[in-house]
Amino acid sequence: MPLTDAAPIVTRRVAIPESWTLRAYLDSGGYVGLRKALTMAPEAITQEVLTSNLLGRGGAGFEAGKKWSMLRKAEPVYLVVNGDESEPATFKDHMLLETDPHQILEGVLICAYAVGAARAFIYVRGEFALGQERLTAAVNEAYEYGAVGRDIFGSGFSVDVVVHPGAGAYICGEETALIESLEGKRGFPRIKPPFFPAAVGLYGAPTVVNNVETMSNLPWIIEHGGAAFAALGLGRSTGTRIFSLSGHVNRPGNYEVEMAKVTFRDLVENPRLGGGIRNGNELKAFIPGGVSAPWFGPEQVDMALDQDAVGKAGSMLGSGSVVVMDHTTCAVRAVWRITRFFHRESCGQCTPCREGSGWLEKVMRRIEEGAGREEDLELLLDVCDNIAPGLGWPPQQTTICVLGPSIPSSIKSGVNMFRDEFLTHVKEGACPYG
Amino acid sequence: MADTTSQTDTVTITVDGEPMAARPGEMVIAAAERGGVYIPRFCYHPRMRPVGMCRMCLVEVKGPRGFALQPACFIPVADGQEVVTRSAKVKKAQDGVLEFLLVNHPLDCPVCDKGGECPLQDQTLAYGPGETRFVEEKRHWAKPISLSALVYLDRERCIQCDRCTRFADEVAGDPLIEFKGRGDHIEIATFPDQPFASYFSGNTVQICPVGALLSRPYRFKARPWDVEQVESTCTMCAVGCRVAVQSSGSELTRYIGLDSDPVNHGWLCDKGRYSYEYVNSEERLSHPLVRKAGELVEASWGEALEAAARGLQGARAVHGAASLAVLGGARLPNEDAYAWAKLAKGVLGTDNVDAQLGDGLPAEAVLGLPRATIDDACSAPAVVLLAPDLKEELPVLYLRLRAAAVAGGVPFLELTPRRTGMSKYCRTSLAYRPGEAPALARALVDGISGSEVAGVPAASVAAARELLGAEGAVVVLGRPSLAEPGESIAAAAAVLAGGLPGVRFLPALRRGNVLGALDMGLAPGLLPGRVALADGRAWFAGAWGAVPEARGLDAADILGAAAQGRIQGLVLLGADPVADFPDHQLARAALSSAGFVVSVDTFLTESSGQADVVLPAAAFAERAGTTTNLEGRITRLGQKIVPPGVARPDWMIAAELAFHLGGDLGVESLEDIWQEVERLAPSHAGITRSLLADRDHRDGVVAPFDGRVPTTSRPPAEAATATGVGSTTAVPGAVDPMSTPGVDAVETHGLPATEVAPAETAPSGGIDPGPEGEERQVGAAVATSAAPPMLAWSSEHGPQSPPPLDGYALRLVSGRSLYDQGTLVQHAPSLAALAAPPRLRANPYDLERLGMGQGGQVRVRSNRATFLADAVPDAGVPRGSVWLPFNAGEGSAGEVVDAAAPVTDLRVETP
Repeated sequence: MPLTDAAPIVTRRVAIPESWTLRAYLDSGGYVGLRKALTMAPEAITQEVLTSNLLGRGGAGFEAGKKWSMLRKAEPVYLVVNGDESEPATFKDHMLLETDPHQILEGVLICAYAVGAARAFIYVRGEFALGQERLTAAVNEAYEYGAVGRDIFGSGFSVDVVVHPGAGAYICGEETALIESLEGKRGFPRIKPPFFPAAVGLYGAPTVVNNVETMSNLPWIIEHGGAAFAALGLGRSTGTRIFSLSGHVNRPGNYEVEMAKVTFRDLVENPRLGGGIRNGNELKAFIPGGVSAPWFGPEQVDMALDQDAVGKAGSMLGSGSVVVMDHTTCAVRAVWRITRFFHRESCGQCTPCREGSGWLEKVMRRIEEGAGREEDLELLLDVCDNIAPGLGWPPQQTTICVLGPSIPSSIKSGVNMFRDEFLTHVKEGACPYG
Repeated sequence: MADTTSQTDTVTITVDGEPMAARPGEMVIAAAERGGVYIPRFCYHPRMRPVGMCRMCLVEVKGPRGFALQPACFIPVADGQEVVTRSAKVKKAQDGVLEFLLVNHPLDCPVCDKGGECPLQDQTLAYGPGETRFVEEKRHWAKPISLSALVYLDRERCIQCDRCTRFADEVAGDPLIEFKGRGDHIEIATFPDQPFASYFSGNTVQICPVGALLSRPYRFKARPWDVEQVESTCTMCAVGCRVAVQSSGSELTRYIGLDSDPVNHGWLCDKGRYSYEYVNSEERLSHPLVRKAGELVEASWGEALEAAARGLQGARAVHGAASLAVLGGARLPNEDAYAWAKLAKGVLGTDNVDAQLGDGLPAEAVLGLPRATIDDACSAPAVVLLAPDLKEELPVLYLRLRAAAVAGGVPFLELTPRRTGMSKYCRTSLAYRPGEAPALARALVDGISGSEVAGVPAASVAAARELLGAEGAVVVLGRPSLAEPGESIAAAAAVLAGGLPGVRFLPALRRGNVLGALDMGLAPGLLPGRVALADGRAWFAGAWGAVPEARGLDAADILGAAAQGRIQGLVLLGADPVADFPDHQLARAALSSAGFVVSVDTFLTESSGQADVVLPAAAFAERAGTTTNLEGRITRLGQKIVPPGVARPDWMIAAELAFHLGGDLGVESLEDIWQEVERLAPSHAGITRSLLADRDHRDGVVAPFDGRVPTTSRPPAEAATATGVGSTTAVPGAVDPMSTPGVDAVETHGLPATEVAPAETAPSGGIDPGPEGEERQVGAAVATSAAPPMLAWSSEHGPQSPPPLDGYALRLVSGRSLYDQGTLVQHAPSLAALAAPPRLRANPYDLERLGMGQGGQVRVRSNRATFLADAVPDAGVPRGSVWLPFNAGEGSAGEVVDAAAPVTDLRVETP
């Protein structure tokens, strides 16, 4: 049983047959939020979203309404929706794009109306072929239906929506790299400051960049009011949220649960959720919010899925992906695999990440393959320190974007939590897990 | 309110506890540097947009959440900002970045061209760790690979600083190289099948902070510690880019662009950069030649000068001084040009003198119109281009103007008979019919009533007129086409001069020191100092002894007279009229009919090969002196090596020849000549040698001198560290080694021979500017008060108007390409290989009419010649016109141009 009786919001249609079609969407109450929104003043919508305290679901967890209020006052304004979900073990936007594209679109239109966007772009990860197909079909249906384009539902408000496929780079999920990519350039992140998209975004215009799941919450919030959303969850962590649960659990998958009222243990063990660790194995460690996040051990498993609590404990809920590792996991190998991912995905723009990611991967591989040296542990931490000085949380960085300081998260977790295991690799000249 | 300006002019920041004044808008890295705190860097370049990529310049900047590491190149200064550059945290970050940069760097310094002048080496020494902790296998690439005919890339050495790619895109406008791949496998790459064929590619080698980009001509040729250098000015065109001339032994090895704020911003074109190869050429003339029994044979200077003097005297004795002529002189430094002007006009007694070869503009127009500088053009309310393709002929001027259009927002208006490299940066480009520029100029000034003028629709003229609303437009004035006469363009200029209030002109003449040669009087009807013959006769007769009575002939008329046998003694002063005069047929006829020909040259050309006496001249970097760029800016030339054999500077040849002619130029040194110039030439009054050697005037002095000390917007590195007065041989002492690697590392020796000691003529006494610069331009430093006035010009008569269009003919447009069959290019092997064969370009519509829409071989017919040509469809050539390049080899425009006609019409037919 789910531990709270909160009904799902963004995943409520996933079980409906052909949920991605306009017919199914309308039959299940679709576009009610947009119709209501168009009767409201744009500022009133922003106010509802502020009241809801909807936190961005992309990874940084910034208040969506606050982001909209920070826009530089200039014309035009663009809305960019980030559907480039690429964080390993994160697969919630993937599902939303394939099962409920109209809900995303409705959220996009509500947001576009609220911020006065001249055009909205939905940037979809290149590998999501089906998601792109269904979203594009949904946009076409919505144009025909009158929900997109000129004079939406006779309200006088017009906006066009463009679906843009990515080309396979993790870095393009970083909002400024995404903007560069949309502009037809290499996906190199911009330097912040001064280029916060709210001030200088797409084509130099003030731009809102929000995640697909964030958008998907808007129809419900407008229909039921921001206060209803804020009544769910606790503290700043309001509403429900999808968690992508993966790793050594019996029932990996996407679970939408009320924030801050459910713990990691619930997520892993509840029979309606993770259903426990495979083969009854011991929990060794888990990653609470995507591979960019520092790891937690069994002692943190009773922590609530609360953004601020997790942040205070030295990690993050991030993209909402929880990776569970049981006691058969080789920590060194896990760290190496994650480091290899960052090495492959470093865009190469700035020195510490470009060179550091490759160096760290090479050292990690050497240790895993049994050719490590004891001093490599300090070397790893010091090289990490040169990317994220101080190795604290939230991290500082010598790099342009946060990909750089994401690399040390798993390395520092691995070395600090499983130092003995690292040393065993070094001393035995082999991986004890085979 | 009173002090708002002072508040906005500077802000105060604190760097390592020290308060520093900074300019709003500048970056911390620049402000700190001016204040004496050098922050290490690789990707930052003061002449380009910052990118913050290398992270070497990380410093701590205090923000709302306390101090945080920020790239100093990307953080604008703000009042009260606190910056820490020397904390342990900063040191660790910088050490870390350097270590990262070296992780995949091959450290093959011993075989790297950059070794010894490498910013990465230097900064590793200054900031980096002593040894590496990296024990893994480095990244490997095939090395080097070719990016173009001039540039190699060693990807293993690349540190991905984005300097070359940024330069190609934002400075050169040739985005032909880009990053490819990602992470530590990122590389610089060209696009498939598109080499990095930019006219400015060498700059990327110059600013590369490691040895990743290599100059093919320089590769493995020298090491910095074997090289010496001297500061000079490139004279491959009239822009006047400042260069460091470097040599090893008696060979030139390299030119590096120096940052002259008003001129080249550190950039060079590839033609200038690699032109040192011609100086080194084995085919240089090294000994005098005298024709004996039909053959040119080596002779001593005495014998050759005697033969030259005898030939010229003989002609004068029989046919009079009017039968003598001197063609050329634009290759010469100012002092040499002056000596030759004095020899021709004062000793030989002829005014048939022309430094231009019919491919320029009437000298009176060039000297008499109000002048603008490059900076004036770049800040003008509007710029009118009535000029050749600047990208081809004056490349670095193109860079400056392009930047003004792209980044500065200056509106450009182009009047051109065909599309040029600047067209896409112009708000309006008006394609006028060849020969009809004056009519279009008139319409721009007065408006038009009909539907079109000179082939330009009335609506386009109206749109263009809107750009010219404000006072003070600058006209860049040169020859848009060599197939229409200079008089036609001068007439158009006269219309603009009379009709646009406050208009000023920037001459776009091509040859190295053509403006200096005109200033020195190497033109008919003119005397040194921009003085008309009639006005200056008394003044110069007093100084020189004699001055010709009547105005002489210009190049076209000299060649015309020669062809008719009326020129019996002709001196070619580095001139090759058979190649350079637009009408080759006339030039050939003239040379074969001229009685006696003396050539003073660096190479044997088609023209000098026909001379009776050939005198070998010193070339660039083999002699000192001064040169004058298209702004009228006078800068010093440096001598670095000695001429081949017994070749001599042109002024010495003039002085010796004068003796052999029974005269005396009265000069024994460059110093003598310049003192005389400064004393006699009104436009050069006050421009003393010590002024030119003064560090305040290191970017040169524009004549006439207004007495002002220039304020510079030079990047801080150089402004802060430029050495003071007295370092006369100087490449600027400590330029930022990051912005111009290769200059700082090389020892500046040079030959100090040309420099006067600054004490000799104290600048304060000689150049007192007085309260108003304008008033003292004439003769304040001249002892007597009788100095003649400088020229002011307005056109008295309109040019010949072109005949009506013949429906079967196409009207010719022609101009030069950067790499052509010119003597110097052809003697620089790296450049010679880049010269393209001539192609005829015509509008697709006109080729379609021949049934040749895709191009192909066509027959070109004119009353001069018939030949086959490769035709290419080109929408940049208007309908009814046809383009042939000039001096591009057989089948170039010179074969068909008739210098006497207002236009040249061609029949283009299927073969």
